[in-house]
Amino acid sequence: MTKTKIGLLAATALTLAAPALAEFAPSRPVEFVVASGAGGGTDNFARTIQAVLTRDEIVERPIVVLNKGGGSGAEAFLYARQNKGDPHKLIFGTNNVYLLPHVAKLAYTTEDLQPVAALALDEFLVWVKADSPYENVMDLVNAAKEAPGTIPFGGSQSKDTDETLVALIEQTTGADFKYVPFNGGGEVGVQLAGGHVAANVNNPNENAGQWQAGAIRPLCVFAPQRMAESEPISGDMGWHDIPTCTEQGLEIESYQMPRTVWLPAGTDPEVLAYYEAALQKVSESQDWKDYLTKTSQSASFLTGEELAKFIETSEANAVKVFEAEGWTAQ
Amino acid sequence: MANFDLLMHGFGIAITPMHLMLMVGGVLMGLIVGVLPGLGAPNGVSLLIPLTFALDPTSAIILLSSMYWGALFGGSTTSILFNIPGEPSSVATTFDGYPMARSGQSTRALTLAFMSAGFGALLGVIVITLLAGWASQFALKFGAPEYFAVYFLAFAAFIGMGSAAPMKTMVSLAAGLLLASVGMDSVTGSIRLTFGFEDLLGGISFLVVVIGLFGIGELLSTVQEGLRFRGVASKIDLRDVLKTIAELPRYWATYIRSGLIGIWMGITPGGPTAASFMSYGIARSSSRKGAAFGTGRPEGIVAPETADHSAGSCAMLPMLALGVPSSATAAVMMGGLMIWGLTPGPMLFATQPDFVWGLIASMYVSNLIGVVLVLATVPMFAALLRIPFTIIGPMIVAICFVGAYTVSNATFDLWVVLVFGLVGYLFSRLDYPLAPLVLAMVLGHKAENAFHQSMVLSDGSLSIFFANPLVSSIMVLGIALLVLPKLVAFGSRFRRQVPVE
Repeated sequence: MTKTKIGLLAATALTLAAPALAEFAPSRPVEFVVASGAGGGTDNFARTIQAVLTRDEIVERPIVVLNKGGGSGAEAFLYARQNKGDPHKLIFGTNNVYLLPHVAKLAYTTEDLQPVAALALDEFLVWVKADSPYENVMDLVNAAKEAPGTIPFGGSQSKDTDETLVALIEQTTGADFKYVPFNGGGEVGVQLAGGHVAANVNNPNENAGQWQAGAIRPLCVFAPQRMAESEPISGDMGWHDIPTCTEQGLEIESYQMPRTVWLPAGTDPEVLAYYEAALQKVSESQDWKDYLTKTSQSASFLTGEELAKFIETSEANAVKVFEAEGWTAQ
Repeated sequence: MANFDLLMHGFGIAITPMHLMLMVGGVLMGLIVGVLPGLGAPNGVSLLIPLTFALDPTSAIILLSSMYWGALFGGSTTSILFNIPGEPSSVATTFDGYPMARSGQSTRALTLAFMSAGFGALLGVIVITLLAGWASQFALKFGAPEYFAVYFLAFAAFIGMGSAAPMKTMVSLAAGLLLASVGMDSVTGSIRLTFGFEDLLGGISFLVVVIGLFGIGELLSTVQEGLRFRGVASKIDLRDVLKTIAELPRYWATYIRSGLIGIWMGITPGGPTAASFMSYGIARSSSRKGAAFGTGRPEGIVAPETADHSAGSCAMLPMLALGVPSSATAAVMMGGLMIWGLTPGPMLFATQPDFVWGLIASMYVSNLIGVVLVLATVPMFAALLRIPFTIIGPMIVAICFVGAYTVSNATFDLWVVLVFGLVGYLFSRLDYPLAPLVLAMVLGHKAENAFHQSMVLSDGSLSIFFANPLVSSIMVLGIALLVLPKLVAFGSRFRRQVPVE
């Protein structure tokens, strides 16, 4: 065993022992601040965690969920800044926490929040209407090359994950779509089913109902490998039967959205350790696994170094797209 | 009648002692939540969701929806008694409900509101029962231009026959549109009109503004008039309730028209708030005594309440069948649905018949329970008006501020209430209508988004609003409502002098 390995082991042992040494436990009700409106993907994420933490008595104080979805979630992150050092507030978001400050001039920076954990990865797929002529994602891309700027591509919000992905497809292939922003994934799903847009890049959960009904169908998923096996959703097709976009010749290996939990900056290390341990227990519970299966998200529990590295890569990739599109705010 | 068999099956599921208990409990909790402004149905329902994890999905949705109905009933109560709308959708009820209560007919006003609400809800549920399959197909036809046309129609219906001075209406409307555009624009992603205030990033909450305009504004007017509460309660008697019920058939035309508006707005989905405003506007413009609206006309209560509740119940349909919630409460319930492991969408009706039809059947029963419960408590609510102003005045101030705070737990909102209290007071002193401002705040942002999306789709050509029969017919109807009343007025003035009423 090398010295570094021993050092690592010692460090791991210390981190594991930390919760036992430092006796942080919430002394007041804990606020779960959700960076989206009620009923959205982030909201369900927070409420599922709330349910597990309360039912299994992992956190013994009451937990209150608060929706602050204004300004694409910026409202919640500003709230974290205003409550610097408060150990009774957890903020729930996606990658918007660290991407928003790049595209909009906001009064917070990523330094105002302390990452606690990422608990899941949500996949992105290209969807088209069931009776559309596109059988393969490259059909769609080629159609957009032949008639630049005419094929309407729906997505939720502006300069958010959906538009970033569409821009990434355009930059990778040279195609030119007409991006139309709507208010949320559910709305975009219906717009596609009604034939008002030609395609969208919804998460599995947002389009599952319409796919089940045979109104729309998926073309490919932006992941390094296919999604997990599942019950058939539509006909005899399940999530695993959807090819990856690289299989179809679209060279975007991976585009996933993490579901993340944050603390306001400036809390004590034992506070962080306490919530990391609590969320770890959530990620191991059966309820959590059921939630992931139901919403077709991939399990991925990241904390500490791993999480920091993930955020760094994800941020760098997105900023590259922002710069190419000229979206960066100053 | 396959739907009828399914409904009977649903009744079998909904009518069990356990479910009836959940309905009574849900409606009662909803009444409380609805009476307190700010703590509206969406908040109440989201507070209840964690409690439903112990229940099976059918019981859970019955509890949540019963609470929603209760909140809708409760919301009208404070609108009528104190001019403070408990729910955004009961704002239109204040226009005639409050004047009627003030003139000593509070029991009549409340009974009218509750009976209309019950009738509207019933109409909505019947439509859901009959159209469960077809309506979701219809809603799919609505793209961005169609949505804009619907909002345009709502504006047109409300403004076309405005009784206030046209310039004052314009000022009020423009102020509302301006307020609605504060915050982040979802189409361009740019931040507008926040002047560097972080608190304005999420926009100005419509409900907070309404609490200030109506609650505090009214209170200030009362203070000026000598600290006497203007609503002197009449004798409260169950006979008044019965007498009011007996006069209901007189308003059959308003009932049917408002019910249809509500159903349409619930399904399309414009939402209950838009429905109540639109219905009030149309009732006013189709009334032969147009000027008397706003002074306590019974139709002015019947129209918004019927439309509000029929839209509220119909809103369940797009939520279940398409996953598109047309009201904030429906959005929260949809979140619950997903947590219970159900996927809203066209297949829900096929894969979960027990859940869907259990819910639909429960809507009949719990609305009936709601009407009975709320009528039984009319004398109690109306008696609130007998409490002297020195006691009730401070209480209203407290309720307003607590209500505004609960909307998003922001202290900034307390200042907003105060500022808009003053604005409301000035508006009523200077005879500026408040309704166009409120309407613009509710629909301004949605209309703007739909317009912007349409423009992106059409590359900036307005012809998209007349591109297919559906969107053109809605637009033409809207333009007609906007222009015709003025033309008719002009024409009749041309022919002969109209006697002023």
